[in-house]
Amino acid sequence: MSVKTEMPVAPAETVPSLAMVMAEAERRPEADARQRLTTEVLLSVEGVSLSFGGVKAISDASFDIRKGEIRAIIGPNGAGKTSMLNVINGFYFPQQGVITFKGEKRREMRPYFAATSGISRTFQNVALFKGMTTLDNMMAGRTLKMNKGLFWQALRVGPAVAEEIRHREVVERLIDFLEIQHIRKVPVGKLPYGLQKRVELGRALAMEPELLLLDEPMAGMNLEEKEDMSRFVLTINQSLGTTIALIEHDMGVVMDLSDRVVVLEYGRKIADGTPDEVKSDPKVIDAYLGVSH
Amino acid sequence: MTALSIAIPGGIGAILAGLMFTLLRGDRKSAIDLAVHIFLAVVMAVFLAFLAAKAIDNPGGFLEILVGGLLSGVLYSLVALGFVLIFKASGVFNYAQGAMVLVAGLALVRSLDFLTASGVATVVAVPLAILFSGAVMALCAFVIEKWVLRPLLNQDGLTLFMSTIGATFVLEGLAQMVFGSEVYPLKLFPTDPMILLESVFPGGILVNKLDVWGGVIAGVLVAALALFFQYTKTGRALRAVADDHAAAQSVGIPISWIWFIVWLVAGIVALVAATVWGTKLGIQFSIVFLALKALPVLIIGGFTSVPGAIVGGLIVGAGEKLAELYIGELIGGGIEYWFAYVLALAVLLVRPQGLFGEKIIERI
Amino acid sequence: MLYRETGQFKSTYSADMGIFPLRQDRNALFVLLAFAFIGVPLLAHFHVWPFGSEYLLRAILLPFLILSMAAIGVNILIGYCGQISLGSGAFMAIGAYMAYKFGTGMPEIGLPPLPVLVSILLGGVCSALVGILFGIPSLRIKGLYLAVATLAAQFFFDWVFLRVAWFTNYAPSGSVSAPELNVFGWVVNEPLERYLLCLTFVTVFALIAKNLVRGNIGRQWMAIRDMDIAAELMGIRPFFAKLSAFAVSSFIVGVAGALWAFVYLGAWEPLAFSIDRSLQLLFMVIIGGLGSILGSFLGAGFILIVPIMLNLVPSELGVPLSTETISHLEFIIFGSLICFLLIKEPHGFARLVTLMKEKLRLWPFPY
Repeated sequence: MSVKTEMPVAPAETVPSLAMVMAEAERRPEADARQRLTTEVLLSVEGVSLSFGGVKAISDASFDIRKGEIRAIIGPNGAGKTSMLNVINGFYFPQQGVITFKGEKRREMRPYFAATSGISRTFQNVALFKGMTTLDNMMAGRTLKMNKGLFWQALRVGPAVAEEIRHREVVERLIDFLEIQHIRKVPVGKLPYGLQKRVELGRALAMEPELLLLDEPMAGMNLEEKEDMSRFVLTINQSLGTTIALIEHDMGVVMDLSDRVVVLEYGRKIADGTPDEVKSDPKVIDAYLGVSH
Repeated sequence: MTALSIAIPGGIGAILAGLMFTLLRGDRKSAIDLAVHIFLAVVMAVFLAFLAAKAIDNPGGFLEILVGGLLSGVLYSLVALGFVLIFKASGVFNYAQGAMVLVAGLALVRSLDFLTASGVATVVAVPLAILFSGAVMALCAFVIEKWVLRPLLNQDGLTLFMSTIGATFVLEGLAQMVFGSEVYPLKLFPTDPMILLESVFPGGILVNKLDVWGGVIAGVLVAALALFFQYTKTGRALRAVADDHAAAQSVGIPISWIWFIVWLVAGIVALVAATVWGTKLGIQFSIVFLALKALPVLIIGGFTSVPGAIVGGLIVGAGEKLAELYIGELIGGGIEYWFAYVLALAVLLVRPQGLFGEKIIERI
Repeated sequence: MLYRETGQFKSTYSADMGIFPLRQDRNALFVLLAFAFIGVPLLAHFHVWPFGSEYLLRAILLPFLILSMAAIGVNILIGYCGQISLGSGAFMAIGAYMAYKFGTGMPEIGLPPLPVLVSILLGGVCSALVGILFGIPSLRIKGLYLAVATLAAQFFFDWVFLRVAWFTNYAPSGSVSAPELNVFGWVVNEPLERYLLCLTFVTVFALIAKNLVRGNIGRQWMAIRDMDIAAELMGIRPFFAKLSAFAVSSFIVGVAGALWAFVYLGAWEPLAFSIDRSLQLLFMVIIGGLGSILGSFLGAGFILIVPIMLNLVPSELGVPLSTETISHLEFIIFGSLICFLLIKEPHGFARLVTLMKEKLRLWPFPY
């Protein structure tokens, strides 16, 4: 309720802080929204196969993600979408295939390498650090950018404090952007689902990723929350220039947001193209509606 | 010397085989993993080669220790079995197993003392005492299920584990307060030594009758449990609960009842272990630590595997006796005290799921 | 009405990030510290009851301070990083025995006896190194498996200090006595001096611990505790986070062990650091509050007070209990309290304090 009563005030507060986010983004070369769609490939997976014991999760899937686009990965349940994200950020090691990120070919990603080279993500079942506050969760996203040693942290003087404040400022800007000021110091385990999803997005953004993987960011949300989330996704993409790959079941959202869509079924790629192309692909229609025999 | 000259090449061969196995297994490993693997392979091979040398030197003596170790290991298997049952059925890693052995033992020995002191014939007194301590274990199972486990339903494993540490303290305190806290001798089984295979080895193999009794009883109990779980309704329900709590509940299996049964079975297993250990050492507080060795046994065998518990117990029993006698003389005695734990640590580093456990696939 | 943040505006992030953002909390802490550092010695000097008696200083405050410090160490590992340890006693022992070795010199490697303060800290360093070693399994195994790995440390080091005579300088009885406590020329001997020495240690280490847990490394620990997989995918290296928690925790526990041996016990044998000690520390942390520095103090205080109360109260009432009964009662009370707290309030006493503060903040209004 309190959020609603604040609504008239919210835009006045958001605009300048969003401008700050954009100012931050301006300093990065890829920030120019006009050049958003390029043909430069940021990440490509070629012939990736993944199996657990005898179960094939992904078989011989290939696709690419271009710099600056919003790429949707869709498919029925169990199609291997989440597994694909797990392969991309190095949680699962595929048995076959090559992953190229920013021109560097690898047989598999490693979580730490993926994180340092600019891939961050959110999770299907919110994977926040439940015992920590919103602020701490997002500050944890800045870990890679903080480098003051244990000694300074133990004494908490000079460089460590300066560093802490510097990153706090960045995080506070993100908090403004995501409109979660009021839950700054609440342990996230106590938050409702919709807000948790938002905090998780904030945590992923705190890493200042080049490629943001969103695993069902709108699952279980009501219309209003979905609209908010869509707005965030678009703003992130356009003003920060972050490339986004998202998994989503809501076809309306997928068709509206994404530039290109890849469709998986039983671990195989069955279609790839613009939303309109995919929508009219007979194989996709079969996958979703079933084939008449 | 001849023995060493055979064993050392054997050991080097074992190291090479271990290395080949490690390198060829195909799992991608970090440098640390590899280093740890190689280190452990070398230590293991040296240990085995050393044992082999000893075995060749004096086969009779070696076999004597091995058999003694295996027979005492059977009891570890038995206690570990109680752990596995509880872990499978309720996801609880039960630290209180040792305390349960103590409770069972104290109840048994004190009621037996009381009955014989009041003039009841031994033939009657022993079954009565066993019945009484069985009832005490049932009470324990009931109380733990009702007041510890049920309120903690769906908590994570660590919380449950810590709650069993709490239960351990309550059980230890109560049992000693009610039954007393001294060393109480128990004489249920013969403890005189006997000699086997005299015709094969000079002097034969010296085995304690008690160990043989323990082995036989444990074997019977394991067989009985296996039949119970395989062929009774409760056993089937229990396997269902072990597989999936929620699903079992949804088809109408009373989960509290199943947990009670499991804890009761674990209590009876503890009682059996207490009779054998009590005859050997007397019922005393330190029995708790003996029973606690079922923890490393589980790690070695795998948390969820009944055969794992049995094999793990045998490995630990034989390993610690052999280590105590052959290595203990080199670095000072008392190795038995930690050998099982360090062995478990080594297994954890190489095969975290244990020898018989299933590989864990993590999801997110 | 007095405890309220109204009117306390913070205009900088550094003010907002203080240990106690609220002025009242800060003042309370200063008063407590002033009392501990100045008040207690003064009262003891003028023999004001109860501070005049040596009993209070030697048998209550001294163990309370040292065990609080050990509990802080354990809390870092279990409460903040989520890595369960049943081997804290072993790490106290390593701190104690290595401090003893440094304090009495190691002629084998030509090391002369070192000053006592340096020995104590080096004891902690040795403990930290062993902690890292036994923390390595935590990179591959989790939760309960780790509990068994730490049990291995406990039983192994019990044996080492009992059987390897080098650690006890070949003392025939296996019992060793601490060297003279000479801190920069100040010979610590009187209970009051021992108290002040420990108080200084505890204050410094509590502050360091608090700084660590609210900084970057603390967030890494908690991230590993709450959701290790997500943490790893965010670039938090489990290797660094877990091993640093083991190192810091073992260091603090090791220093506490050295203090326990040198300052509290004076002469000791391996039994002082058995698994009972490990479980005692674990209980302190659970009862006091997992993931709370304040909780470590509350837990240590409670665990130490209960036996004393069990001793005093019944004898005051005219029904003295035997030592055995008291120790059994202790078992029952702690055990049932652990179960009760895990069920009702998993964050222990520290959480109760927080709740009380919340209530106080609104008082006299219900909300």
